Amino acid sequence: MSDTTADRRAAARVVPDRPLEHHLFQARRAGLPHVPAYLRQLWERRQFVHEMARSTLRAQNYTSFFGQLWLVLNPLLLGCVYYVLVDILGTGARQPDYFAKLLAGLFAFNFFSACLGQCAGSVIGSSRLIMNSSFPRLLLPITQIVIAFMRFLPSMVVFLVVHEVEGLPWSWPMLAALPAFVCLALFGAGLGFLTATVQVYFRDFANFLPYVIRIWLFLSPVLWALEDQQARGGNKALLISLNPLSPMLGTWGDALVRGRFAHPGWLVTGGCWGAGAFLVGILVFLWREREFAVRL
Amino acid sequence: MSSLSASETVAAGTGPAAPPPPGAGGTWAVQVRDVHITYRVPRDPRANTLRYRLTRPSGRRDLVREVKALRGVSIEVAHGSVLGVVGANGAGKSTLMRAVAGILPPSSGEIEVHGRISTLLALGVGFNGNLSGRENVVLGGLAAGLSRRQIAKRYQQIADWADLGDFIDMPMKTYSSGMYGRLAFAVSTHMEPDVLLIDEALSAGDAKFKRKSYDKIQELVAQARTIFLVSHAVATIRELCDDCVWLHRGRVMMRGDPEEVTAAYIRFQEVGEDAVVLEDV
Repeated sequence: MSDTTADRRAAARVVPDRPLEHHLFQARRAGLPHVPAYLRQLWERRQFVHEMARSTLRAQNYTSFFGQLWLVLNPLLLGCVYYVLVDILGTGARQPDYFAKLLAGLFAFNFFSACLGQCAGSVIGSSRLIMNSSFPRLLLPITQIVIAFMRFLPSMVVFLVVHEVEGLPWSWPMLAALPAFVCLALFGAGLGFLTATVQVYFRDFANFLPYVIRIWLFLSPVLWALEDQQARGGNKALLISLNPLSPMLGTWGDALVRGRFAHPGWLVTGGCWGAGAFLVGILVFLWREREFAVRL
Repeated sequence: MSSLSASETVAAGTGPAAPPPPGAGGTWAVQVRDVHITYRVPRDPRANTLRYRLTRPSGRRDLVREVKALRGVSIEVAHGSVLGVVGANGAGKSTLMRAVAGILPPSSGEIEVHGRISTLLALGVGFNGNLSGRENVVLGGLAAGLSRRQIAKRYQQIADWADLGDFIDMPMKTYSSGMYGRLAFAVSTHMEPDVLLIDEALSAGDAKFKRKSYDKIQELVAQARTIFLVSHAVATIRELCDDCVWLHRGRVMMRGDPEEVTAAYIRFQEVGEDAVVLEDV
């Protein structure tokens, strides 16, 4: 061995004169980590989420002019497709604000479905990252939710233009849409954390997901009004009232399109669903995330 | 690129002046105590699908087989050491690296690390090949828990060291493997790691990169930073390391002077697979 190596051996017995982090990795494949420490690490990396979302959108050309134009055109075209579909299938007798209501519900539902779909691929799609570095894995689905939100924002510009063009009222009760959206985001995030976890165990889960989402769309007050269906009664009305998205999207559409907040109970129910799903989603994800590196 | 374990107990911020954490060995940077790691590998590639589970609900126990990657590994590494890790393919070297980094949870046993961990593992670094080197550096730093200000402070050093020129602003998918390796090495070594884990990452570069990376490793060691170096290049192990461990089928075969350990490892490779664990002799 050279002198340099001998010097190193002498230095090797010295404890560094700087503050040292301490990590203890114990045998426990599943189970919750120390939640306050985990949340602190998550919070310390909040800038990562923002930067990752921004960089991903930039890499997909969504920050260019045509990319942004597509973000506006896409939801508008989708709205037109569903409008034509409902027009053909329906009786033709609709309320004058139907198109605005359809757009509001569709844009919110698209955000929700993007949370589920993008989160499902978030862990599997980052297998290299997970196998090579240690960080709170919850950052991955959270980043996807932020990306879904960034894509959702331009669609709201489309809605506001349609709202103005159709001469719909602007009023204070419209602000009730904000808590309704928070409920929806919490619910979408909670289910997103669950889909991210399930996808690790069942790799074909993402193939089933679009069908589930499509059926969920038809069961939600997007193409139809919640009050109308509930007024009809029967099993269908019961099923619709059991749908967690019904109170959230019902409040959302009511507030944004008609400028009214007539059913505070819907918001309370939506809030319970949102908070419950968020909590369960986080706990399940944290409970299983230790196993992700072994499963990928 | 990482400095925390998302999945394990972490208590940060203790130093020489602070009360020692439970089980702290004083001069030890890393203590691996009787660690076993077992992978559960599906026997049938389709076994981890919903369709498979739904159509074959019975016989669940036969779905996976267990691969014991580490079987009772115990090593202690002092601050300022450069530990070479040698072994044949499938010996458990990369698994050991990932376990020390807190990426893979042990099936049994425990690992204690005193200091910030930075990894430079076999599959490389980088979040998105569509993003530029600059963006990947920022993302890597943020994922490691650094603030934008801290990254900005280190960025110029990283860019200068990697010496990529205009390529630093081009998508990483346009990089050669050597350029990729240079940037990855620059990021992991400039994050001020206390424990740096390098897995087969020095082989991609040219002679100049190797010389620079050797010098950087010496510089880190002089600051009492600890390095784990996995390499099949015995000459690299002998030149850089002051300690060496040889793994075989998840067990420590030998530990000690790099010259002696690598010589025994080479002899073993020539002799065949029929050796006993030398620590037991």
